Amino acid sequence: MTATQPNGRWVIAFSLLIAFLLSGVALPGVLDRFRPDWVAMVLIYWCMALPHRIGIGVGWGVGLLLDIGRGGLLGQHALALAVVAYLTLQVYRRIRLAPIWQQTFSILVLLAIERILIFWISGVIGYPPQDWWYLAPAVGGMALWPLLFVVLRDVRRYFQVS
Amino acid sequence: MASLKPSGRIRHLFEVNPKAVLQLGLWGALSIALMTVDHRYHAIDSVRDVLATAVYPLHVLMRLPTDTRNWLTEKWSSRSRLLEENARLREKQLLLNVQLQKLTALEAENRRLRSLLESAVNTPERVLMAELLTVDFNPYRHHILLNRGRQHGLYVGQPVLDQHGVIGQIIRADPLTSTAILITDPNHALPIQVNRTGVRTLALGSGNLHELELPHIPHNDDVKVGDVLVTSGMGGRFPRGYPVGTVTSVKFDPGSPFARIIAKPMAQLDRIREVMLLDNDPPIIAPDASDAVAAWTP
Repeated sequence: MTATQPNGRWVIAFSLLIAFLLSGVALPGVLDRFRPDWVAMVLIYWCMALPHRIGIGVGWGVGLLLDIGRGGLLGQHALALAVVAYLTLQVYRRIRLAPIWQQTFSILVLLAIERILIFWISGVIGYPPQDWWYLAPAVGGMALWPLLFVVLRDVRRYFQVS
Repeated sequence: MASLKPSGRIRHLFEVNPKAVLQLGLWGALSIALMTVDHRYHAIDSVRDVLATAVYPLHVLMRLPTDTRNWLTEKWSSRSRLLEENARLREKQLLLNVQLQKLTALEAENRRLRSLLESAVNTPERVLMAELLTVDFNPYRHHILLNRGRQHGLYVGQPVLDQHGVIGQIIRADPLTSTAILITDPNHALPIQVNRTGVRTLALGSGNLHELELPHIPHNDDVKVGDVLVTSGMGGRFPRGYPVGTVTSVKFDPGSPFARIIAKPMAQLDRIREVMLLDNDPPIIAPDASDAVAAWTP
């Protein structure tokens, strides 16, 4: 607890980078519709684990990178991820206490809010969603949360990121 | 006896951090401002240029697994297989060459006939290749990102094709990458012509990668299932005569003045990897087609 120097900045950046790359990898067949928002999930994890370091600003910046990387509207993912980071910061104390399988429900809600925000903005600029499939990635993210949580927790412990 | 007053710890669980609210407000306002400026004014295109160039290494990294696999397959494929492929390609080239001979003769004849009619001659276009980087996150918006940009000579409005037909057009050209809109995007309309009868109309994107809508054809026009649609050259963006799709369903609804016609794009829009960009900087047909119509009417 004496360590005041923030460490593991590169671990966090690297995990977000991997998530960024993963988000561009297509899954086979119908599974692709459930391709989770990896970046949002990793962001939620770090917001929960290190709420004093990772927050709204980081979420916004990462979201902006996504917008640029995907050639979308600048600020769309930035806003969505900033809101997700904010919500996570408000509820992380409650989520952290729960067992992993219960956490998945909170994650589902957070990811669904992110999707709804993104598609709400898309609707405003003339691309309204035409079916309910746009929420599928939130379900995919929910299913993969336990795996991601365990992996990132081990990574965090191994590199003693605090 | 524990008191019923909530302890500090429990209060802590439901605490709202006022600083976070302020922060969210600031970042939220910033993103809304950014989106408005980006969407309405295109005022930050130069900023986007810089950022897009900065993100470019990430795209390269994203493609690394595919590229490595392709490279390894090439590197380690056996000699006999390469020889076999070589022979096959040689055979195919021979076949194509024979067809090309016929085509050259036809083209010459076509040009002569056209010059007799004093109509515009189709000039051969320069073709540029590009590869797909990513597709849009939004499944209802059919935009793709290509690995060529302004530096390679791309420009906004450039037609994009694959080996089967028209894919779409460039809507934003950054220095190293560019964004193309597909013909199936709900906001895209393509001037087309039914190859068999010459009926001209628009093909609108449906939001579904396998469907185009032709909503402006009256009941009594001659359109049948299986008809091939080609670009009409109207609008000046696309040169005429490139295949677009085939009609898959024609339905007549007595209550509506127009037939409900659905076509399937020729290009395989869901499995794009490499695309061709036509370079025809001066538009084939002047955007203002009214002169032509006026000249034609007796």
